[in-house]
Amino acid sequence: MARKLDQIELNMLHEIADLHQIPDGAYNIRLNGESAGRNSTENITIESKTDKPGINIIIKPGTKNEACHIPVMLSESGITEVVYNDFFIGEDADVVIVAGCGIHNCGTDLSEHDGVHTFHVGKNAHVRYVEKHYGEGDGLGQNVLNPTTVVYIEEGGRMEMETTQIKGVDSTVRETTARLADGASLEIREKIMTHGKQVAKTNFTVDLDGEGSSANVVSRSVARDESTQKFVSCIRGNNVCTGHSECDAIIMDNASVSASPDLDANNVEASLIHEAAIGKIAGDQIIKLRTLGLTEAEAEEQIIAGFLK
Amino acid sequence: MLELRNISYLVDDENGRNEIINDVSLDIREKFVAITGPNGSGKSTLAKLIAGILKPTSGRIILDGTDITDLNIDERARLGISFAFQQPIKFKGITVRDIISLASGKKLPLNVVCDYLSQVGLCARDYVDREINDSLSGGELKRIEIATIMARGTKLSIFDEPEAGIDLWSFQNLIQVFDSLREKTDGSIIVISHQERILNIADKVILLADGKVGSFGEAGEIIPSLANGVTDVCSKIPGQGEQTIG
Repeated sequence: MARKLDQIELNMLHEIADLHQIPDGAYNIRLNGESAGRNSTENITIESKTDKPGINIIIKPGTKNEACHIPVMLSESGITEVVYNDFFIGEDADVVIVAGCGIHNCGTDLSEHDGVHTFHVGKNAHVRYVEKHYGEGDGLGQNVLNPTTVVYIEEGGRMEMETTQIKGVDSTVRETTARLADGASLEIREKIMTHGKQVAKTNFTVDLDGEGSSANVVSRSVARDESTQKFVSCIRGNNVCTGHSECDAIIMDNASVSASPDLDANNVEASLIHEAAIGKIAGDQIIKLRTLGLTEAEAEEQIIAGFLK
Repeated sequence: MLELRNISYLVDDENGRNEIINDVSLDIREKFVAITGPNGSGKSTLAKLIAGILKPTSGRIILDGTDITDLNIDERARLGISFAFQQPIKFKGITVRDIISLASGKKLPLNVVCDYLSQVGLCARDYVDREINDSLSGGELKRIEIATIMARGTKLSIFDEPEAGIDLWSFQNLIQVFDSLREKTDGSIIVISHQERILNIADKVILLADGKVGSFGEAGEIIPSLANGVTDVCSKIPGQGEQTIG
């Protein structure tokens, strides 16, 4: 460990990675632009890049049931950084990777972390990637997170990506691109809640190149106050494949939500579906919960919590 | 227990002023009361007026001596009124366990949730973590709705046509559930129903017609007087016939 984490940093670690302390196993903790701790294991090697900021995470073929945590935290106002993390997941491996970024900004300057994560998922490997974004602090400085995720999945590989941004991020542009080989599959579940004047933009582009490849991109979001959300999902079916994308949004107050599906079928056997639903909380749902004794505000809270669960 | 004093509910539509409920007065003290009547007679409206989902145009509603007419839905719920919807409401993300816990007012241990589900004939293990959404059949949703009312355990429980939509569950189980509810409750149960077998287990039956109380009395007296049974009576009214369950 480079230094001990203080309470604010430990709180953020809990929010973004569900960790109450430094984890067992492989991890890399980045704090205010510097390494605050790293551990490699027999099967998972974490090493610094030599040409630019960031790390390589190399997972041996056949690694099973291991996890790797790579949280990033900014607790000082005014730090802006771009970090490149590359993941090499060996054939037949089955692992969980927990990333995430937390910003505690009590100052007046902008804090920004732009993470570029590139996944190389080997043949028949399975990876579950969990990413949480969280912001806090009562300063006037903006919290900005712009994650870019690039995914390459080889034959028979599978990736599940769960990405969550519930609180405190003023502006985010989330770019995800993926390219899938034969029999590969990708499942993306995104959960976003924006409030105040926050802006969240999400762009998914998935190329289903391989025969029998499949993708399922699901976004659930809640937009409150004056916030703005834009969801763009482009799935290209370039072979015999199945693709499904879904945007389901609750809109409240004076918020705005835009959903733009883009399906390109470049093969007659490509089966692509997009669903989008945007609307306010159904009045009968609130009435139902009120008949159980909840106030209107409590009912709304429960409905949103369930929706984003 | 529950007193309705000169309750009326009027709506304005393209045909002018329409009296959905017309000067209804009732004093309900029995453990189990059934409200029946043809479609459009105002049964569901009356139930919603009691639960606070609708506000009466005139009249007062008294619960255990307290005037609750001006209380809203959740205030009445906290005073001890439960309402089971005829068409259960669906949610995204809220699970069966969540809704039963919300109904009880506290986070329930798994075995207690399972017990409620078992009582309505659902194999708890298969349902407890399911979302209350379109993946559940109408009959499953109705049973979960009944389980939430059981979990609330309030002094007044209102069921709006509990038999409607239950097509795979034996109707006998529904009767058993209401028998069991009646046994356990210290308060009153009001069931809106077209089913003669539900009316038969009621202490008193109210027949509504055109928003008015047609008759109100002992089940044993009212049912035979309904021209050889309620279903026969209902079949004589346009748009109303017997519902078949299970």
